[in-house]
Amino acid sequence: MIELRTSPHVRGAPSVDQIMRNVVYTLLPVCAFSVYQFGISAFALILVAVLSCIGTEHLFCRLSDKPTTVGDFSAVITGILLALTLPPGFPLWMAALAGFVGIALAKVMFGGIGFNVFNPALVGRAFVQAAFPVAITTWTPAFAPGRFTEFIPSTWTFPFAEPVPVAQWIKDIAVDGFTGATPLALEKFGNAGVSHVHTNTADLFMGMTAGSAGETSALLILICGSYLAVRRMMDWRIPAAMITGAFVTAGLFFTIDPDAYPAPLFMLFSGGLMLGAMFMASDMVASPVTPAGVWVYGILIGVLTVIIRLFGGLPEGVMYAILFGNAASPLISAVTQPRVYGTRRKKKAES
Amino acid sequence: MGLMQLFRFGKATFSHGVHPPEYKEPTNSTNIRRLPFAPEMILPLSQHFGKPSLPIVHEGQEVVRGEPIADADGFMSVPLHSPATGVIKKIGLMPTARGPRAEAIQLELYSGASQHILYDAPQNIGDMSPTEIIRAVQNTGMVGLGGASFPTHVKMTLPEGQKVDTLLVNGCECEPYLTTDHRVMLEHSMNLFAGIRIAMKAVGAERAIIGIEDNKPDAIARLRNACSGDDAMSVGVMKTKYPQGAEKMMIKALLNREVPSGGFPSAVGVGVYNVATLAQLGALLPQSQGLIERVVTITGPGIERPGNYMVALGTPLRFVLEQLGFRGHAGQLIMGGPMMGVSVASLDVPVTKGVSGILVLTEEAKSSQIPKKTWPCIKCANCVRACPIHLNPAELGMLASKRQYETMERNFHLNDCFECGCCSYVCPSAIPLVQYFRIAKAINRENREEAA
Repeated sequence: MIELRTSPHVRGAPSVDQIMRNVVYTLLPVCAFSVYQFGISAFALILVAVLSCIGTEHLFCRLSDKPTTVGDFSAVITGILLALTLPPGFPLWMAALAGFVGIALAKVMFGGIGFNVFNPALVGRAFVQAAFPVAITTWTPAFAPGRFTEFIPSTWTFPFAEPVPVAQWIKDIAVDGFTGATPLALEKFGNAGVSHVHTNTADLFMGMTAGSAGETSALLILICGSYLAVRRMMDWRIPAAMITGAFVTAGLFFTIDPDAYPAPLFMLFSGGLMLGAMFMASDMVASPVTPAGVWVYGILIGVLTVIIRLFGGLPEGVMYAILFGNAASPLISAVTQPRVYGTRRKKKAES
Repeated sequence: MGLMQLFRFGKATFSHGVHPPEYKEPTNSTNIRRLPFAPEMILPLSQHFGKPSLPIVHEGQEVVRGEPIADADGFMSVPLHSPATGVIKKIGLMPTARGPRAEAIQLELYSGASQHILYDAPQNIGDMSPTEIIRAVQNTGMVGLGGASFPTHVKMTLPEGQKVDTLLVNGCECEPYLTTDHRVMLEHSMNLFAGIRIAMKAVGAERAIIGIEDNKPDAIARLRNACSGDDAMSVGVMKTKYPQGAEKMMIKALLNREVPSGGFPSAVGVGVYNVATLAQLGALLPQSQGLIERVVTITGPGIERPGNYMVALGTPLRFVLEQLGFRGHAGQLIMGGPMMGVSVASLDVPVTKGVSGILVLTEEAKSSQIPKKTWPCIKCANCVRACPIHLNPAELGMLASKRQYETMERNFHLNDCFECGCCSYVCPSAIPLVQYFRIAKAINRENREEAA
């Protein structure tokens, strides 16, 4: 049979599900490191978040009598990213709820893949941040002994019950000097009367500190993200712009007063900035499409992150900065339309 | 992008575009061979852009190879010449690449005829004025052989007040699979230079640059060598990239000029002609002969003996495929290249003036290219980074799905799209973007006509 189609007759791009699968592959080493760092609690957390996201998307497809869309792997990404932004000892039922809210509210309601305005994983996290402020700031130490055999007590909190306190447990496993705070919180709020406790930047870079399940090893995230960028499945400009924006803003404040403000490198390697830059701000759907807009968007997020960290009530600002960037991206796209060949911009003549 | 020009090093090129696999090896190193004459030929009256030719023969009339059989209908039209000696069998509706029923002349060949071209009248181009040359060009029935089929004499006639300083000779051949221009540059270089001189004189250009992609080093070396003694001619090496051979892209790459939106290259002092067109012109014009054959790349996984063949215009595809052998089961037939070519429905369709390639894909080769599924746009911006005109195909695609065709034209420069297909090529969601744009343009055109 001879088939009639119109040109082009060849295609040269990985399909949506191939891209999404590759993002999942590149996230796996980050997950593995998280499990190595925090033990089976982190593993359970990632598993529950992923299953919750897949289940939610499948459920809504069934409810609307449409073929299920979980095969495109985008829900898996949402689940993994969500889990990686949560504290490793986060109660599992809350993680499941976060996954449900993220997918249902931020993705399915907007029409599924391609139509979401905000990154679903971050919407899920924003929800639990508001709903469970204590649980989401309860950090446990990395490399606790027995972490591969023993769950962090708060992991198995019964739904709607008060989370199991972990202070005693942390004392029992006796990690010296662990204060129940992340490097960012130490920097911002200080500890035991000392304001601005600095953390070794090299430790941050390698991921030897406390923090959310997957946001701690800047190096590993950098490597995994670079792979995606090389495969052209992620726009390198977004992380580059976000990191530049954060670095320059942090550098500015550091130059003004090195005692009051943290060093720019600390800013880059602490908290969720790397994970946010590489995997969340770069979310294709919620970022602008224009080449100039991508830079504006990335720099905006980077600057906002630092501003929130330094002057906001929270130690961490990546999540809100990215959500804000998402909200601004249609506007950014609209004002940064590329100059079409053979036309002139209104103000500037062609160079 | 102005700043990016500073960082551009190496070969001339434009920004954006795509790099499809080339598939040129099967045909780029063998000489052009002549395909036998088919026993019957179909000659559509509309093988060019513009008004169809007017037949000047009647059914049953004997014609010789090279004899005019249809006249140009006005300025936006070209005549048609008989590709072989034989008898006119029928004038009527026949299958062509433009559709199953188009006005055409059917020719039955005399099998005993020697098929010499008996129809010629030498003329001295040196004595002719530009206007006379342009008229003579129209009489050859020449159209752009690169695929657009735009009448060459119309292109040579400059709008009032415009001047062409540079002639660009297009030897890019950026479409995958095709190697006709490549072989023509190697084997017909003398004709090509003759053609370049004719075109320079016709448009009044002071210099000519032959633009060739760097994947054809042998052609670059040969033509460079050949024009070493001529100050007015040079070879411009360009990066291998699709659509490097599009007029606007070539002008940007070699001269860093931009054709204004909606305008012709002559607006920036440039004329662009394909190498195959000029090589044919160089051979035909001095003898006042007509265009009756052309070089066609016949290739693809479905062809047993791929190569470049000199094919008489009007040869039905069925005959071509019989001569060169099908391999397996042909899944798809494309006239032209895979990026911009036209899929054909019937093997009775003839080779016409604008056909630079015949690509036969097998069932397997075809199905690997058909997207299994279409996803919603994920705003990955691949298309925005691929569009050589710097349009925003993602936005245009979204507007098209909402049928806001007028907004597309008014706010997003829809009419600057020349349908190169880069956006569809790179779309991970397999959205038929360029196909949407064609529909949008057609509907806007219809609405305008209705309003008028």
